[in-house]
Amino acid sequence: MNWKTFYALLSRDGHVARRNLVMVLVQNLLQPLLFTFVFGRVLTSGGFMAVKFKSVLLPGIIAISMVVAGIQAVAMPLIAEFQFSREIEDRLLAPIQNGWLAVEKIIAGMIQALVAGLVVIPVAWLTMGSGAAVSFAHPFAFAGFCLLVALLASAGGLALGCSVGATQIGLMFSLILTPMLMFGCVYYPWSFLKPFTGLQYAVLLNPVVYASEGLRGALVPQMDHIATWKTAAALAVADVGFVALGIKKFRKKAVS
Amino acid sequence: MGIGIRIEHLSKVYDSPPPSAAGARGFSFGPSRSGDRKEKKKKIEIKALDDVSLEIPAGQIFGLLGPNGAGKSTTIGILTTRTEPTGGRAFVGEFDVWKHQVEAKRLIGVVPQRPNLDFSLTTREVLLFHGAYFGQNARERARRADEQLEKFKLTDRAAQMVRELSGGLMQRLSIARAMMHDPEVLFLDEPSAGLDPQTRLMLWDIIRGYGSLGKTIVLTTHYMDEADELCQRLAIIDHGKIIAEGTPLELKSSIPGGYLLRLRFDRVPEDLFEQIRALAGVREVKSADSIAADVYADRGGPLIGPIVTAAQAAGAEVRDVHIQEPSLETLFLHHTGRSLRE
Repeated sequence: MNWKTFYALLSRDGHVARRNLVMVLVQNLLQPLLFTFVFGRVLTSGGFMAVKFKSVLLPGIIAISMVVAGIQAVAMPLIAEFQFSREIEDRLLAPIQNGWLAVEKIIAGMIQALVAGLVVIPVAWLTMGSGAAVSFAHPFAFAGFCLLVALLASAGGLALGCSVGATQIGLMFSLILTPMLMFGCVYYPWSFLKPFTGLQYAVLLNPVVYASEGLRGALVPQMDHIATWKTAAALAVADVGFVALGIKKFRKKAVS
Repeated sequence: MGIGIRIEHLSKVYDSPPPSAAGARGFSFGPSRSGDRKEKKKKIEIKALDDVSLEIPAGQIFGLLGPNGAGKSTTIGILTTRTEPTGGRAFVGEFDVWKHQVEAKRLIGVVPQRPNLDFSLTTREVLLFHGAYFGQNARERARRADEQLEKFKLTDRAAQMVRELSGGLMQRLSIARAMMHDPEVLFLDEPSAGLDPQTRLMLWDIIRGYGSLGKTIVLTTHYMDEADELCQRLAIIDHGKIIAEGTPLELKSSIPGGYLLRLRFDRVPEDLFEQIRALAGVREVKSADSIAADVYADRGGPLIGPIVTAAQAAGAEVRDVHIQEPSLETLFLHHTGRSLRE
């Protein structure tokens, strides 16, 4: 393992991310924040939604912001760089094993997902106004879930980025990302799906469910959520799976 | 001590389109779209290299010459760890490039056929990060980056984003980048494609200069003059096989006679080719089709008179004559029956 090269690759991604920081934050966070404003502020203060909806919504918004930011940070550049221009080749020729470049992509994506999460917490909180009953009684559980969710997003982004061609980006959003978010228990707790028995168990295949429910358990434990140990275990399994899948696909895609 | 290259029985069969072809295909996906069901299931198989063995001594400028699709880029792809060989082995120095990729990557610099520069960076940053990937410290890479910018006349573009550069400037930057970490072996895949004549000459000087430092340089080209001018040794490759190898001089002198006269007649009476074959200086007559012939001979112009006379005596008329002096182009034609440009 060649740490100098690994660090150089990471600083390249950091450099590019810093250069595009504002654009990337707007791209990833504007939609969830507008959603937060309309549902968490307008509809709750108008009386259409109960105030406690704010407490349900905030962890969900953090989860999807991190998931979207992580996937975008890894998948989109990869799709572009593996295309016609083969931009990625200068890094594939760096003196390091190709698998480590995949690991580096995952770590860079994690950092970007965590930054998105850190930005969205205060902003979403402020957007909602008072009423979100967030507890910071479990800081370690919260930090742990943030790391698990960030890894899920970036490793998932790596697997997606190595499977999807440039012509299918639109399809990726409408076929994969949108259902994952709508059925990811982002805007409602998992227990609300009880009337839809089949669906309630089908969504358990969607790792975003564990991201939202896990953060819910860490931030607003008074609300309904899946038991913390279960969400943590499920996220860990999904993380390991996506990391393995992502690295395998990357190594395959890297050579012809 | 320079680093040599050894290729043993290398073969490569693509079961999906090779990356360069895949990119150009765009949305339509070739044969899999049309045809009956059976054909749909059939895998695409492209034999790009067929049992190629080759030795490139350390410190030489070595040329791989051949038409498009001959297997040049695949050879470079395998030697630079970017392509997995289907069979055989390739060594850079003592390292098997597929088994010891990191060690091999440390020794090589690569200029790809199409610039694959990092579009998210500026010109100078491309060089700086490349240096960093190869473990150069901040001061060293800054110094080397500025040297390279100067050498390739890119200093005034240092702060410009790469995506804003023209094709020729990108090509120059690709070459500067490949030399940034001072590799022992430099691979250049069609380095002068898309360069203006002046830049091409500059590139030749730079390549020669780099070669004089004892580095090994492997370049592919389909320009005869480039191969002739630049390379100390050449392999001519076609349809995945090496068809001739040697110094440019050796190769040229292997053509029978050296000169090639490409003739066209209005019609060819039965014994006309026989008569031409009997003329003084003619070594070989190859009939390309019923009214054309390639005549290999040790002289060019002086043969025209006798050929015209022979044709007239046989009742035919010469319609077209083209004389080629001894060149690699003629050599390629002699071995394959096709022009390099076809």
